[in-house]
Amino acid sequence: MSGFSFDAVAAILFVPAGAAAILAAMPNYRMTATVNVIASLLTLLAALSLFVTDRPAPGQYLLVDDLNIVFIVLNTFVGFTTSVFSASYIAHELETGRLTAPNLRFYHAMYQIMMFGMNLAFVSNNIGLMWVAVELATLTTVLMVGIYRTHEALEAAWKYFILGSVGIALALFGTILVYMAAQPVVGEGTNAMVWSVLIEKAARFDPALLSVAFIFLLLGYGTKVGLAPLHAWLPDAHAEGPTPISAVLSGLLLNVALYAVLRFKLLLAASPQAIGPGPLMVTMGLTSLIFAAFMLYRRRDIKRLFAYSSIEHMGIIVFAFGMGGPLANFAGLLHMVMHSLTKSAIFFAVGHIAQVKGTQKISEIRGLTESHPGLGWALVIGVVAIAGLPPLGIFMSEFLVVSSTFARHSWLAIPLVLGLLIAFGALLLRLTGVAFGEPRGGTAPVEASYVPMYSHLALVFAAGIYLPAPLVAWFQHVAGILG
Amino acid sequence: MNGLTFDIAHLLAGSLVLISFMMLYQDRLFALINVFALHAVVLALSVAWQAYIQDAHHLYITAAIALVFKAIVIPVGLHRIIQRLGIHRDIETAVGIGPTMLAGIGLVTLSMVLMLRVTPEADPLAREDLAFALSIILLGLLVMVTRRNAVSQVVGFMSLENGLVLAATGAKGMPLVVEISVAFSILIAFIVIGVFLFRIRERFDSVDIGALDDYRGERR
Repeated sequence: MSGFSFDAVAAILFVPAGAAAILAAMPNYRMTATVNVIASLLTLLAALSLFVTDRPAPGQYLLVDDLNIVFIVLNTFVGFTTSVFSASYIAHELETGRLTAPNLRFYHAMYQIMMFGMNLAFVSNNIGLMWVAVELATLTTVLMVGIYRTHEALEAAWKYFILGSVGIALALFGTILVYMAAQPVVGEGTNAMVWSVLIEKAARFDPALLSVAFIFLLLGYGTKVGLAPLHAWLPDAHAEGPTPISAVLSGLLLNVALYAVLRFKLLLAASPQAIGPGPLMVTMGLTSLIFAAFMLYRRRDIKRLFAYSSIEHMGIIVFAFGMGGPLANFAGLLHMVMHSLTKSAIFFAVGHIAQVKGTQKISEIRGLTESHPGLGWALVIGVVAIAGLPPLGIFMSEFLVVSSTFARHSWLAIPLVLGLLIAFGALLLRLTGVAFGEPRGGTAPVEASYVPMYSHLALVFAAGIYLPAPLVAWFQHVAGILG
Repeated sequence: MNGLTFDIAHLLAGSLVLISFMMLYQDRLFALINVFALHAVVLALSVAWQAYIQDAHHLYITAAIALVFKAIVIPVGLHRIIQRLGIHRDIETAVGIGPTMLAGIGLVTLSMVLMLRVTPEADPLAREDLAFALSIILLGLLVMVTRRNAVSQVVGFMSLENGLVLAATGAKGMPLVVEISVAFSILIAFIVIGVFLFRIRERFDSVDIGALDDYRGERR
């Protein structure tokens, strides 16, 4: 264990935590946005350094392995680009008076605390600590969803709060059950909550107790993933909060909960007599996909539309991981990365669109490619990508999910493809109205930074054309770990 | 473990389930909060008893948090909030008491059957604590879904959380229990402050579908 690599993990945690403290004390709002960007960049660099440095041996609380590096790097990358987007978005909100300077101080401090919570959840080796970290990340997003203090925003925050609290309560009960299952084998004390110890000895745990624990964990963390029928908080939280928060909710927070589910899935898979986690996850994934696909048709609010699309894609990802096996896991991982990048890019575009048009109603946004070509085409590319058209990255990952399903359980591919096609139709239907035709609504030029969204879209495009061999090897390796 | 210590632990955990049932049929907010305060007192006793028989001194902190924060500070705060919001006369009739009680009995049966069946090898005290804890959690959820008022939803959530604390203290030697109970107290404090600051009276549901569409931004 080299001292330097430990510093990388410490930096991932302490940079956001320290930045939050500084931001909370900084009165100048223009500076706070810059500090937010710098802190996010530093966290990203620390995360990238994990690739090249030695990893610390798993401790009682922290762990870095091949699985969570993927999540950490994705998390810090989108966290950084969102902070860049957030800076230009927030400046506009200040001008229009929707947010005031004290709000902003609060917002930036919360942003960094949220990044801290998410990173902590990823690096935690202790299932209790992981639970606390997920709770922290949720709590901060609740506060940010309600930041506009309108009736709708408060309703959304309250709903998110109550449903999220019930979710984390169920997850805690599941965590306690895992401890109860581990305690006779591992012995009392902290070791019985350390994931890397648990996974070694899971074969000897009481399978029935472990199975019940997983059901609670899947329901609890599944609420956070936004799986139907526990998704009710998700569309409101996305639609009423500030758009940078919608981007991190969709792009990152859902992944945090998914990561927790995956960790426990591995634990269950190591115990041969316990119930298979696969069928449960496949069922919940398919339900979410098909439900969300139909719900896409009736949306009139643009942010709500893409929130349902997030439910749809989380359904696909959970389905893929539920199928298991090297190919489906590979597809699930790739899809998760592509979805995070694409969906946050879409929310970046939507945020600026809602600002120039002064509305989030789809019927009042028309002809964007004519009035605002930069934003309009970003939205077109984003929606084409998210709908799963070639040659973009999501096409490839969806294709892999479908083909691996065909190879293993071909009858399961029927509802899967059906769900994908229904969602595809809905998204393109909405896109044609919003992007083309006679422009309607505000035509004021945007003061937007196009860099975050186009860099995400470029990555998604590049991944659709060509995936570098080392990346493929890495993903295959991680897919192998996931079993 | 001798019979008496076991019986006392059993008695306390069983009373918690009983008090959860009492919450189900309270139709006045003040009464509901008083019952919750009683719930918290019994929880504190139960946790303290666990701390004593397990010889785990850190659990006394959890017991103290339950007693001071949940049995005194929160109920007093909620009483004030209800008076300020002027909702102390409200009578809640979201779902009838009869069906609610029947559903409660069903949930308790379910949790007993489930937890006792999956834990045949565990320590008898821990497994019964777990079964009681799951009953309390499910009854807390039932309180949350059958009530309209935000304050009583919060009370339901807190009773649910008491069940979690019971489960965590029953699991012998579980680490982080104190930290988790502190984390939960912070969460609850946030919820209560939120209710007060934003004057959330109901959980925003209304029989007026038009209003609902408006909230959701679904109207053209």
